[in-house]
Amino acid sequence: MAILKTENLTYTYSQGTPFEKTAVDNVNIEIERGEFVGVIGHTGSGKSTLIQHFNGLLQPTLGKIYLDGMDIWANKKNIRNIRFRVGLVFQYPEYQLFEDTVYRDIAFGPKNMGLSEAEIDGRVRRTAQAVGLSEEVLEKSPFELSGGQKRRVAIAGVMAMEPEVLILDEPTAGLDPGGRDKILGQIKEYHKMTGNTVLLVSHSMEDVAKYASKILVMNESRLFCYDTPQNVFRRSEEITQMGLSVPQITRVFDMLRQKGVDLNDEVYTVKYAVGLITEELRKRGKIDA
Amino acid sequence: MLKDITIGQYFPGDSFVHRIDPRFKIIITIVFIAMLFIGSSPVCLEVGAVFCLMSIILSKIPFKMILKSLKPIVMILAVTSVLNLFLITGGEPYFEWKFIKITDQGVYTSVFMIIRIILLIAGTSLLTYTTSPIALTDAIERLLSPLKVFKLPVHDLAMMMTIALRFVPTLIEETEKIMSAQKARGADLDGGSIKDKVKSVIPIIIPLFISAVRRAGELATAMECRCYNGGNGRTKMRQLKCSPSDFTALGLSLLFMIAVIYVNIAQ
Amino acid sequence: MSEIAEAVNLEFRYDEEAELIFENLNLSFKQGEMTAILGHNGCGKSTFAKHLNAILLPSGGKVYVDGIDTADETRLFDIRQRVGMVFQNPDNQIVATIVEEDVAFALENLGGPPQEIRRRVDEALQAVGMYKYRLHAPHQLSGGQKQRVAIAGIIAMRPKCIVLDEPTAMLDPVGRNKVMKTVKKLNEEFGITIILITHYMEEASQCKRVIVMDKGKVLMDDCPKEVFSNVDKLKEVGLDVPQATELVYELNKLGLSLDTHITDENECCEALLKLLS
Repeated sequence: MAILKTENLTYTYSQGTPFEKTAVDNVNIEIERGEFVGVIGHTGSGKSTLIQHFNGLLQPTLGKIYLDGMDIWANKKNIRNIRFRVGLVFQYPEYQLFEDTVYRDIAFGPKNMGLSEAEIDGRVRRTAQAVGLSEEVLEKSPFELSGGQKRRVAIAGVMAMEPEVLILDEPTAGLDPGGRDKILGQIKEYHKMTGNTVLLVSHSMEDVAKYASKILVMNESRLFCYDTPQNVFRRSEEITQMGLSVPQITRVFDMLRQKGVDLNDEVYTVKYAVGLITEELRKRGKIDA
Repeated sequence: MLKDITIGQYFPGDSFVHRIDPRFKIIITIVFIAMLFIGSSPVCLEVGAVFCLMSIILSKIPFKMILKSLKPIVMILAVTSVLNLFLITGGEPYFEWKFIKITDQGVYTSVFMIIRIILLIAGTSLLTYTTSPIALTDAIERLLSPLKVFKLPVHDLAMMMTIALRFVPTLIEETEKIMSAQKARGADLDGGSIKDKVKSVIPIIIPLFISAVRRAGELATAMECRCYNGGNGRTKMRQLKCSPSDFTALGLSLLFMIAVIYVNIAQ
Repeated sequence: MSEIAEAVNLEFRYDEEAELIFENLNLSFKQGEMTAILGHNGCGKSTFAKHLNAILLPSGGKVYVDGIDTADETRLFDIRQRVGMVFQNPDNQIVATIVEEDVAFALENLGGPPQEIRRRVDEALQAVGMYKYRLHAPHQLSGGQKQRVAIAGIIAMRPKCIVLDEPTAMLDPVGRNKVMKTVKKLNEEFGITIILITHYMEEASQCKRVIVMDKGKVLMDDCPKEVFSNVDKLKEVGLDVPQATELVYELNKLGLSLDTHITDENECCEALLKLLS
C-alpha cells in the first residue's frame, strides 16, 4: 500500500479575498514506501505548498491525504502525531535552532514525542553520528558551529523523530559543493539504512538525477508527472519549457540524438553516460572488450 | 494569521488627500485629534465626523478598508462602553437591578466615547492609508528637524523608523516560517497553561532574535558599502514641495477646529 | 593605471591572537575584466572581497583601489564609490521601503543634487531591468529581483568595479539566470570590472578569468578551460566541475584521449561524435 496518497488535493490561499490563489490544484499521487523521491518545480509551482500538506502543516481546501491508508485529517487532535511520522526539514533549517547545546536541540523533537530519557539519548546519538557530528560537538552551542554543521544539526533534529517519511526542502541551498555532497550522501545513507521514504525538494536537476528513484514534477499548481528519472528526463523538452533545466549531461545526449547518434536511452548521470559510451565504443569495435 | 496585522498599511492612489504634502497631512491629523478631544458636546463630534467623512470621500479609499482598520479595536470599544455604561451612575436610571444601574448619562457617555474612538482611529488610519511609510518618515524627519538644535538625533530616529518599516514584513514572514518549522518538530504552540505558553514561545523567540541580530549586522555592512555616514551632508532625492492646495486643506481643517471651539464656548 | 584593484603582500588576521587568514597574498584585477573566485566555504574568499572596499583593512601589506591605498581613511568614500559590493542575502542589503528610494540611498549619502540623483536612479534601474518595479516595496519582489535592486543601488554610484559575494546562492534557477545576465551586461556594455564569488561552476565558466582559493592562498588563476581541466585538484579542494568536463575526465581515465578543456555541452557533443564515428 502507498505510504502517502493524495486524493483531489487542492489548496487555495486567502480564499474569499481578492488575493485568492490556488497553489495546489487537484493533485492525485501515490508514493510507495521506501521510495527516494526528487521533487522539482520552479518557484511558485506549488511544490512547497504540496509538501506542507504531507505532514499536516496545511489543511487542504479540498481533497484528502492518506498516510499509510489513514486519512490524516480524520481526527484533528491526532495531527501532531502525523508530524512525528512525516518529518519535514524546511529550507535553511539552521535558522530554527534555539537550544543551548546541540544535544538538546536534536532532542527537541523526540522530547515532544514523549519518549523516555534513554530512548531520546539513543536517538540523539544515533542521528548525530548519521549526519557526521562527533560526540564532542553534541555539548557545544549550535551557534558556535560552521554553516554546514548547523545545517546538519537541524536535519538530525528531524531525523531523530525517526519519521516514516522524511521530507527535505532544498537541504543544500547556499552550501558549497563539498558541503552539498556530504549532506546528500548522508541522506542517501539514511535512506538505505532505514528503508524509510525520503522526499527531496531541489532546484538542482543534477542532484535529483543522481539520488532519486522517482521524480515528482510540479508545474503551475498541478502535478505534471510522477515517474522514474528515465521517463521524466525523456520529456526534457517539456521540462525545459517549464523554465526548469535538465542535467547538462542529458542535454549533451539530447544533442547527440539530434545529430543522429541515438544511444537509445535517456542519460541523466555522468556515471551512466560513461558506461553507455564505453559500451557503444565496444560495439563499434573502437576499444577492447 | 500574522499577516492580518496591518501596520501603517498604505493604499496607493492619486486622490486629493493622497497628494497633500505629508507634512501638512500630519499637522492636519493632529488638528483633527485635538478637535475630537476638545469637543465636549455631540455637535462637536458631528463637526469632527463631517470632516472625517469628507476626507474619506475625497481620498477615494473604499469604506471597507476604513472598517477593516476598526476591527482590531472592537474589543477596546466594547470594554470602554461597558465600563462607561455601568460605572457612570448619575442621571435618570433606565434600568436597575441589584447593584447594576444603567442611567441616561451612562448611555450618553458610552455612545459619545465610542464615536470619539471610532473617529480617532478612522482619521489616523486615513493618514497611513494615503501616505506611504517613506513619505511619512520623511515628513516626520522634516517636521522634527528644528529640534536638532537641542541635539535630538532626528535623522537617526527617522532612519530607524524606515528600517523598522522595511523589515516588518520580512520578520513576519520569518516568524511564520520558524513557527511552521517548530510545529513540524512537534512543538505545541497552542499549549494549555500560561507556563506552557511561555515555554512554547522560546523556540520561536530565540531563533527570531538571533536572525534579527544577524540581519542587522549584514545590513550595517551593506549600508557602509554604500557610503552611509549618518545624516552628515546627506541630500534627498525626493523633495517635498507644498502647493496652494496643501494650504487650502490645512485652512479647512483649522476652520473645522474653530467651529468646534466656538460650539464649546457657546455652550 | 589599468589595475582597478590590487593586493600586495596582503596579510590579515581578525585580531592579535587569531590565525593569519592570508599570508603574502598577491592578486590584481584589470579594469574591465570579469573574474570569478571559487573556493569552499571558509577558504578566505569573502574575507578577501571585504578588503577591496575597505570594509576590512589589511593587518600587513597593502590593498590599492584605483591607485588609492585602502588604509587611507580620508579617501574612504572615494574607495567605496569605486568598488561596490553586493552580498548573498538580498533581504539584508535593502534599506528603504520603496525600490527607487533604496537605489537612491548611496547617492543621498554622498550628497548629490536631487535632480542628478533622480536621473542616475532611473538609469540604474533601467540597466538592471527593474525600472517598472521602481515603486514596489522590496517584500513584493522575488529574490532575484531584490538582488537586481541591490545591484542597481551599487551601479547608481557609477563604480568602476563591483564585487559580488555569492549573489546567486539563495536564488532559484530563474533568478540566478537573470542576475548573471545583468552582471554580464554591466561588464560588456558599461565596462564595469566584475569580481564574482560563486559556488556555481556554470557561472564561473562565463567569466574570462577564474581564481581558485584554498586556505587563504591562490591555488589556480587562469581562464576557465584551463582551471576546469584540473579535475583532480578541484575535487580535492571540495569543488565541482561541469558534468561535460567530468564525463571527459572519466572517459580519459579509461584510456581515451579526449580534449580535457571541454566545459560546455556543444564541445562535449562534438567530441563524442568524433569519438564514435
